[in-house]
Amino acid sequence: MEKPLTQHIVPGRKPLDLKAYEKVGGYQSVRKVLKEMTPTEVQTLVKNSNLRGRGGAGFSTGLKWSFVPMGPDAATPKYLVANADEMEPGTFKDRVLLEGNPHQLIEGMIVAAYAIQASISYVFLRWAYKLAAKEITQAIQEAYEAGYLGKNILGSGFDLDMHLHTGVGRYMCGEETALLNALEGKRANPRAKPPFPQVSGLFGKPTIVNNVETLCNLPHIINNGAEWFKKLSLTEDAGTKLYGVSGRVKKPGCWELPMGTTIREILEDYAGGMQDGYLFKGLLPGGASTDFLVEEHLDLPMDYGSIQAAGSRMGTGTMIILDDQTCPVGFVHNLQHFFAQESCGFCTPCREGLPWVEKILLAIDRGEGKPEHLLTLDFHTKFLGPGNTFCALAPGAMEPLQSALKYFREDFERHIHEHHCPWSIAWQPSI
Amino acid sequence: MATIYIDNKPYEVKAGKNLLEACLSLGLDLPYFCYHPAMGSIGACRQCAVKVYRDENDTKGKLFMSCMEQVRDNMRVSIADMEAREFRAHVIGWLMTNHPHDCAVCDEGGSCHLQDMTVMTGHNYRAYRFDKRTYINQYLGPFLNHEMNRCIQCYRCVRYYKDYAGGKDLDVFAAHNHLYFGRAEDGVLESEFSGNLAEVCPTGVFTDKTLKQHYTRKWDLTMAPSVCHHCSVGCNTIAGERYGTLRNITNRYNGEVNGYFLCDRGRFGYEFVNSAARVRKPLVRSQLPEASDKYTALKAASSAIKAGRVIGIGSPRASLESNYVLKKLVGEDNFHHGVSDVDHDLVEMALHILKEGSARTPSLQEVEKADSVFILGEDLTNTAPMLALAVRQSVRQQPLLEQVSKANIPVWQDAAVRELVQTEKGPLFIAHYTTSKLDELATQTYFDTPDAIARLGFAVANFIHPDSPEVHGLTEEELGLAQQIANALLAAHNPLVISGTSSGNERILKAAANIANALAAREKSAVISLVVPECNSMGLAMLGGHKLESAFEAVLNGYADTVIILENDLYRRASAATVTEFLDSCKQILVLDHLHHATTEKANILLPAAPFSEADGTLVNNEGRAQRFFQVYPTPEEIQESWHWLAELGTIMADEQISNWQGYDDLVKSMAEEIPALRGVKKNAPSSDFRVAGQRIPRAPHRFSGRTAMHAGFNVSEPKPPTDPDSPLSYTMEGYRGQPPSSMIPFFWAPGWNSVQATNKYQQEVGGHLKGGDPGVRLIEPAGTAAYSLAVPQKFVPLGGHLYMLPLHHIFGSEELSNQSPPIMGRIPAPYVAINTADAIRMKLDEGDLLSFSIEGQAYQLPVKTSHTIPSGTAGLPNGLPGVPFAELPAWAILNRDIKWKQQPQTTF
Amino acid sequence: MLTAQEKHQIDHEISLVPTPQNACIEALKIVQQRQGWISDESLKDVAEYVGMSPAELDSVATFYNLIFRKPVGRHVILVCDSITCWVMGYEDIRDHLYNKLNITYGQTTEDGRFTLLPNCCLGTCDCAPTLMIDNDLYRNLTVEQLDEILIKYT
Ligand SMILES: Cc1cc2nc3c(=O)[nH]c(=O)nc-3n(C[C@H](O)[C@H](O)[C@H](O)COP(=O)(O)O)c2cc1C
Ligand code: SF4
Ligand code: FES
Repeated sequence: MEKPLTQHIVPGRKPLDLKAYEKVGGYQSVRKVLKEMTPTEVQTLVKNSNLRGRGGAGFSTGLKWSFVPMGPDAATPKYLVANADEMEPGTFKDRVLLEGNPHQLIEGMIVAAYAIQASISYVFLRWAYKLAAKEITQAIQEAYEAGYLGKNILGSGFDLDMHLHTGVGRYMCGEETALLNALEGKRANPRAKPPFPQVSGLFGKPTIVNNVETLCNLPHIINNGAEWFKKLSLTEDAGTKLYGVSGRVKKPGCWELPMGTTIREILEDYAGGMQDGYLFKGLLPGGASTDFLVEEHLDLPMDYGSIQAAGSRMGTGTMIILDDQTCPVGFVHNLQHFFAQESCGFCTPCREGLPWVEKILLAIDRGEGKPEHLLTLDFHTKFLGPGNTFCALAPGAMEPLQSALKYFREDFERHIHEHHCPWSIAWQPSI
Repeated sequence: MATIYIDNKPYEVKAGKNLLEACLSLGLDLPYFCYHPAMGSIGACRQCAVKVYRDENDTKGKLFMSCMEQVRDNMRVSIADMEAREFRAHVIGWLMTNHPHDCAVCDEGGSCHLQDMTVMTGHNYRAYRFDKRTYINQYLGPFLNHEMNRCIQCYRCVRYYKDYAGGKDLDVFAAHNHLYFGRAEDGVLESEFSGNLAEVCPTGVFTDKTLKQHYTRKWDLTMAPSVCHHCSVGCNTIAGERYGTLRNITNRYNGEVNGYFLCDRGRFGYEFVNSAARVRKPLVRSQLPEASDKYTALKAASSAIKAGRVIGIGSPRASLESNYVLKKLVGEDNFHHGVSDVDHDLVEMALHILKEGSARTPSLQEVEKADSVFILGEDLTNTAPMLALAVRQSVRQQPLLEQVSKANIPVWQDAAVRELVQTEKGPLFIAHYTTSKLDELATQTYFDTPDAIARLGFAVANFIHPDSPEVHGLTEEELGLAQQIANALLAAHNPLVISGTSSGNERILKAAANIANALAAREKSAVISLVVPECNSMGLAMLGGHKLESAFEAVLNGYADTVIILENDLYRRASAATVTEFLDSCKQILVLDHLHHATTEKANILLPAAPFSEADGTLVNNEGRAQRFFQVYPTPEEIQESWHWLAELGTIMADEQISNWQGYDDLVKSMAEEIPALRGVKKNAPSSDFRVAGQRIPRAPHRFSGRTAMHAGFNVSEPKPPTDPDSPLSYTMEGYRGQPPSSMIPFFWAPGWNSVQATNKYQQEVGGHLKGGDPGVRLIEPAGTAAYSLAVPQKFVPLGGHLYMLPLHHIFGSEELSNQSPPIMGRIPAPYVAINTADAIRMKLDEGDLLSFSIEGQAYQLPVKTSHTIPSGTAGLPNGLPGVPFAELPAWAILNRDIKWKQQPQTTF
Repeated sequence: MLTAQEKHQIDHEISLVPTPQNACIEALKIVQQRQGWISDESLKDVAEYVGMSPAELDSVATFYNLIFRKPVGRHVILVCDSITCWVMGYEDIRDHLYNKLNITYGQTTEDGRFTLLPNCCLGTCDCAPTLMIDNDLYRNLTVEQLDEILIKYT
């Protein structure tokens, strides 16, 4: 099984330095694009490879690039940003790539920057990734010294600067337009789209924001071609994918597997199945802002299309497991607490709706729920959908809630009717 | 144009607009919060959701925020759709989760956009049963009250205060549902335009603190359309009264003048009307201590006039009508302008430039659209505040025209536009001797003496057109700057030159005129805006009259012995010694005014004149726009308009023409016929017999309450409401319920729209002109006959032992009437004299040390403020500030210490 | 007062962006690095240095949860309170810290040693529960390990 992204990553070992990385073929793709390919050819190749963004939305990377104005009339400088903000609860895949092989990311960023003719690039890293910050700083330095970054890279006439920017908190910063505001030293409110960042992004200039995993795929696509990339996958969606599992499983972790590996395989073969004494009840397939899947979905291939067809989203591909001994209401309450807390406060439904939802869930969890609370939750799931709120944070928040209300509704109702949480051992009937 | 289908009905709308604007312009009710016509859309509140359908066959549709959608031809939209309605009601529900529901004790109640939208969406039951978050409020100074718990986080306040008005001390803090809108710490809001927050805020977070002192609900106010009397811009206002006191000033939308906003001087300066210093009874000094009644006073006055050789002194803060009647009464030869001689000449010059030059003078809305601006010798924020706010918008024009349209972003997409444009600004050049708040926007600033500013201006004009005279002896740097300015003006679509009288230098005005004329000669659609000192300075100049100096001479030379002084404190117009000598030489002094001051002290006969709120009249602003203001309420006391007093005197004295006037309309007709320049004034507003369906226009909203009870404390029988002989307005709630002609809108109200946002319903399109055209009649159009001025000044040369004293202006402190308003008083700076930092070092003066000097015999001793921009050898004296005696500036001040400028290296001149 | 070194670092950040204001978050980070938090005075200093008003800078500063606008202890403990850590019982860890340090979230121990704050997902859910103290990440935590860990921070 080919594992292009993680082949040189050994957990616990220092990542390859530049020399070692070059020795295993590193930076070949940079040489190749700079010497042999036009930016348009790179864009076309990536479009043909079917690479879809690994940041959660799964939008075609090549297509996204193609909206960047090219040619001599295009505004300059253009920017490329690696989204390494990874703050989606339950998600820890980019960390693996960042800590394990920073040169791979830099290489991918150079390729992407070249494809859109960006001259300045940023790695937007979340604050908590201290080790990654250290490794990336060092790798950028090495890349500058080796002439992969800076002016006139490898004599090609192409210039690219790269900076590491570490955030100061807020999940919002992962949303690509909010991220741009954060980079500009502003409050990380999202921006209206249109205009898209490809046209008016960082400092008002054309900008591409790509996820770390997306970018790390690029060197391999350049080196091996679009067909190779597609064949890595078991299904329609190309490439491999970093899948993760956390929760009450025997061996939680993160693995690079062919796109389309089934959930069951990931869960049982890689994560070792449920811990003893715990039964599977449901899972969030790709981070906190995806809909629950349940037993009946376990044999689905984990790819964008199949998961979507089942009413959820593959998101980041890192699953969170809900077991039978964990209260689903508490589970969802924890998620809503997170989203309410991390709302930027810009638009009404999210700013006011999420805290309301959180309070209701807490009330239900404490046994103080009322039947009409479920109606309130229902209208939130109905009205906090995409387009109704300013950005995708609140719609994301509604996904686990709406599916929990669908799959685990009796559990909510039991809380309300029994006036206590059935999972709470501390509870004693009062009479 | 585009055709859109709203709930299956086709409508023609303007292409390029957003859907919300389009719906509102069609008169449809669609709720919104974060959108504001002057500030565009950001899509934050989600209140304006509608259903949009892909095509005819799409029955499901999708919710869209109408404020963020551009109208497309054949677009299909539903406002009535159940889901859209439900969503909009939920938005209110969400906003209410933390709103305190304290309408009963909230100053916004009854004129609250949030109330209106709540009713409009039909949200009426609260489902939220949890705790609400609460905030600590801030002290924000004398103008505004802060009550953060009522906030609905629409961001309009910060967008207005920061983005629109350039304020820096109000912002949004924290995140999620802990957002806080306020200052970093308690303190006075710094912006000169802070009061607009009370109208911009859709709820009761920011409310008018002055109104709170004598609170009245909007529906209980008697209101009239008025015009601000506190500077020459002439913003349209609504003045509200109850129980005989003026309660507040709010904005009266005028699509060509002030738009949606007012400055704080205009909004909070009104309280002089309620001041203890008001003249409320006629006074005949010979009969003191008895107060006099109207007829005794009129008798005394008419005998004084009959007996004496009379001259009249008019006033730039009195209406055209009052000045005109005075002029009639005393005769053309005996009518003098009650302004300093410097101001007299400068305003006359400004009028001449506007009349004879080749460039038009723009309305404020046109100023906003200028894409290249050069300001010579004006600190606009302090001399014509709303003009400064308009210039602030103008620097956005060039990026809007270039980048934004290229990127295909509609201009109303406010956040997107700002993100694209970032800090880029269009060309703005400022030449002055003092800093101004607009400097931060300027491409280049140039600080030097008034003559140097004029020289730079002349050089710019010469670069634009060689027929304008050349300037010799400029430095390389100055030449470079002049060339840069000339290029920027030439490259613009709508270049604008701004200058005015506030530097007291006529050469600056001439230079500005040359630039404008040179641009016109190059076939540019250039415009020139000139600031004049007071609300009716321009009207007074158009009326014609002699200088004040000649009034003094007439009495001192024995030609006259009796003077009628109209709404004027002469101690603000000439040196105290001169005025005292003059007044002491008069046998009889008749004064008409509404406030006591040094001149009324000297009056033999004092007639209580009505201030703006108790008067009808016309002002001509700096644009030459005649604007009518209406009496808000008649006072029970013996107070009437000056023109009324004077016309009565004329009648008593059997002046043939005056006796024939039946009322206000006849007066105006006579003035318009007699003075060709003022012919247009007649068309300013419908005559007093105008009726709609036989009805008057009510000054009070139809929910006005307590009419029978409000005077019950004095008399249980309800008095007959007064009738207004001078206008078609009634003093009550009775009258025509529909929309009055645009010049007579006493308040903005429409069914379901109690807040000021009702303005939408009065506009041809949202944010555009008022239906029937914006009020006011422009009286001046340029004839294009003026030749270039050749009066290029010499370089300024400092004088040993002297400082050349230049006037400085303060929005709070330089204007006579607003200075009597307690909230403004709290903002007036302490007296000072500003000198150049290097000069201060030379004179061994520290900040705050006293500097003694005298001007024309008037001695001053003032604490020093040092300034980097006041040119060496000159100094700045605040104009009109309480505690700073009048001096006719600019003038040489003799220092009480010897200082030899010669020894200094020549600085910039 | 900003130190010479802080100014030097801030100058570098300013050199990378179009206007000094764009570097304001970096400037706050630099100052927080030295002082642990951003006092009102520091806020004003930074604001002046990058050409912003205190209100404008505070607007940015208060948006981000890791810019501390209140004093913090010598060490900041960030407890992950997100979903997997919750499933895996982080509450025991939290409660132990409450008892041990005698503080709750948002508080600082009397001796100024620790400040305890909740934090969202630390991105290491496969090793839940987790927490961070200053720059150190602790994974697969059990209550038993906590005392030993805390000892390391004086
Ligand atoms: C609230 C929110 C948070 C997000 N956080 C992240 C993140 O931490 N990392 C990421 O790569 N994408 C995140 N995204 C998705 C980004 O907006 C964006 O789609 C992604 O960076 C694009 O990269 P891709 O096209 O390579 O997937 C987030 C989106 C939202 C709405
Ligand atoms: S949905 Fe609205 S409030 Fe929530 S994060 Fe997005 S913009 Fe901010
Ligand atoms: S008015 Fe449209 S979202 Fe606020």
